[in-house]
Amino acid sequence: MIIEGYIHVLGDDVDTDVIIPGRYLMITEPSEVAKHIFEGVEPDFVKRVRPGDVIVAGKNFGCGSSREQAPVGLKALGISAIIAKSFARIFFRNAVNIGLPIFIAPQVVDYVNSLLETANVIGSFIKTTDVKARIDVDTGIIYIGDKQFMTTSIPKFIQEIMRSGSLIEWAKERLRSKQIL
Amino acid sequence: MGKTIAEKILVSHMIEKAADVKAGDYILAKPDIILLNDVSGPVAVKQFRRITNKVADPDKVVIVIDHFSPPPNLDAASNNKLLREFAKEQGIKILFDIGEGIEHTLLPERGVVKPGSLVIGGDSHTTTYGAFNAFGSGFGATDIAVALALGYLWFRVPESIRFEFHGTRPPFVTGKDLILHVIHDIGVDGATYMSMEFGGEALNRFNIDEYMHMSNMAVEAGAKAGIFEPNEVIIEWAKSKYGSIFNSFVKADPDAKYVDIRKYDISTMEPMIAKPHSPGNVVPISEVGGVSVNQVYIGNCANGTPTDLRQAAAILKGRKIADNVRLIIVAATRNIYKQALKEGLIDIFIEAGAFVTHSTCGACAGLHMGLLADGEVAVSNINRNFRGRMGSAKAEIYLTNTYVAAAAAVAGKIVDPRKIADWSEVKNFVYGART
Repeated sequence: MIIEGYIHVLGDDVDTDVIIPGRYLMITEPSEVAKHIFEGVEPDFVKRVRPGDVIVAGKNFGCGSSREQAPVGLKALGISAIIAKSFARIFFRNAVNIGLPIFIAPQVVDYVNSLLETANVIGSFIKTTDVKARIDVDTGIIYIGDKQFMTTSIPKFIQEIMRSGSLIEWAKERLRSKQIL
Repeated sequence: MGKTIAEKILVSHMIEKAADVKAGDYILAKPDIILLNDVSGPVAVKQFRRITNKVADPDKVVIVIDHFSPPPNLDAASNNKLLREFAKEQGIKILFDIGEGIEHTLLPERGVVKPGSLVIGGDSHTTTYGAFNAFGSGFGATDIAVALALGYLWFRVPESIRFEFHGTRPPFVTGKDLILHVIHDIGVDGATYMSMEFGGEALNRFNIDEYMHMSNMAVEAGAKAGIFEPNEVIIEWAKSKYGSIFNSFVKADPDAKYVDIRKYDISTMEPMIAKPHSPGNVVPISEVGGVSVNQVYIGNCANGTPTDLRQAAAILKGRKIADNVRLIIVAATRNIYKQALKEGLIDIFIEAGAFVTHSTCGACAGLHMGLLADGEVAVSNINRNFRGRMGSAKAEIYLTNTYVAAAAAVAGKIVDPRKIADWSEVKNFVYGART
């Protein structure tokens, strides 16, 4: 699978309260959650996202609350992948579980940040750029313009879940085969 | 090779025993408790129904309606109803409805969590159970759904960092200050994917409510769990809950392997403050002064304990809150509320001018019951001061211990409680003859 989209750049320690504020957590419908993504810090962000777009962020992306509405809302908004220096633990699991591709690639993050001076950028907390990312999900190779980057390989066990499509499918397979282990 | 507390608890819950499991391994383990609340629970139920229609082990499931509680709107009311119906349909016996308490204070109080338990919760602050020598960890709704369906879940066995506290306990320093100090030291991602293990003789001079302050915020350093080693305080607590025969405490082996061991002398520590907008943006109180405050909020899943309420009352006793300040105080459970009534704490709060409420996650998570407007400043003993956490993204939140929060309500600005209250009186009021 190939993912291709414009890049939105964020900094370090982006927490899930900023992604989707608590007062919307009674909403469970993904398309409704999507309307409020990053509302407090970048009210027009939802209008800037085109389907397929990619987030590039610093370290500890998705820290804080376990709210699954954070990755679910980003995905429903059209974000097709997140590349970061590192992810907070629960966000990492949630993204894998719901099938939102995530990649740990510090060198991509540094390179994209180095392009900000010359790129066309709008926004402050989130910098929406005219730079495109192209990700080969199967090989984990990321292309920014003509530059090519490898990503940190994903543990085998997590690859098994990803191959199932989502944790839901993985669990269904287990129930079907009545496997204990 | 020796094992840490985290390794031992996870290994003992594996669905199939295996030799030599260690940090970094992926395992399947059966939790003792699967916790759902009214925020992540409805999403988990929705995901669960995509897998199956039968909960593997209903006796392991605990549901707490505490977040949008009581429900402030129709969506929240429907979510609460959905959980009640799910419990009935699946034969889940333990559902704590509105007003019973906030999950992480309620479960230990009701004897649901024990030392050595493996608890998975659809809430990041499930780490709080580490205060009771249990492995508690937060998960998203889909993980909880899968655990409901299978009765087990996948875990990566975490590496551990050991934190040791030595020295004497300074005035007005609580568990909150110790954990803020640690987060400042290692950073908000300093323990990502790892287990924090707390030990050292100084901890014997803090009580179990204050251990909750610490384990609660382990996740604010990115940790998967924050577990106390069994000590006299925890042993005493377990005895009082489960009787003298209780013996499932989990200790690390002397040759357990740690990523790091960090030692702190707390003797010279002062109350700490996390400034906006990060729990890691921590300074000693002597470096913050005079910040004007609009709202003081006391009480959440680990900071509306009897100890916190006594700490607040010790400062508020005989005083009034400043003009133009709102003070909201949340008793974490119904039993704590009752106890506070009996001790006269609620009277003190009301006389001081506070808004006192039953248990709810309320404004701590920016849900309802006291959100902040643009430009407002809050001082709170809660666990997160992220941008927009308590309402407007243009508001500011300072995280402090309960003494500092109560003192801010009285002064209308951030002040050092050591300047407005006498420690020997406060100490006697809060801890009585116990210290």
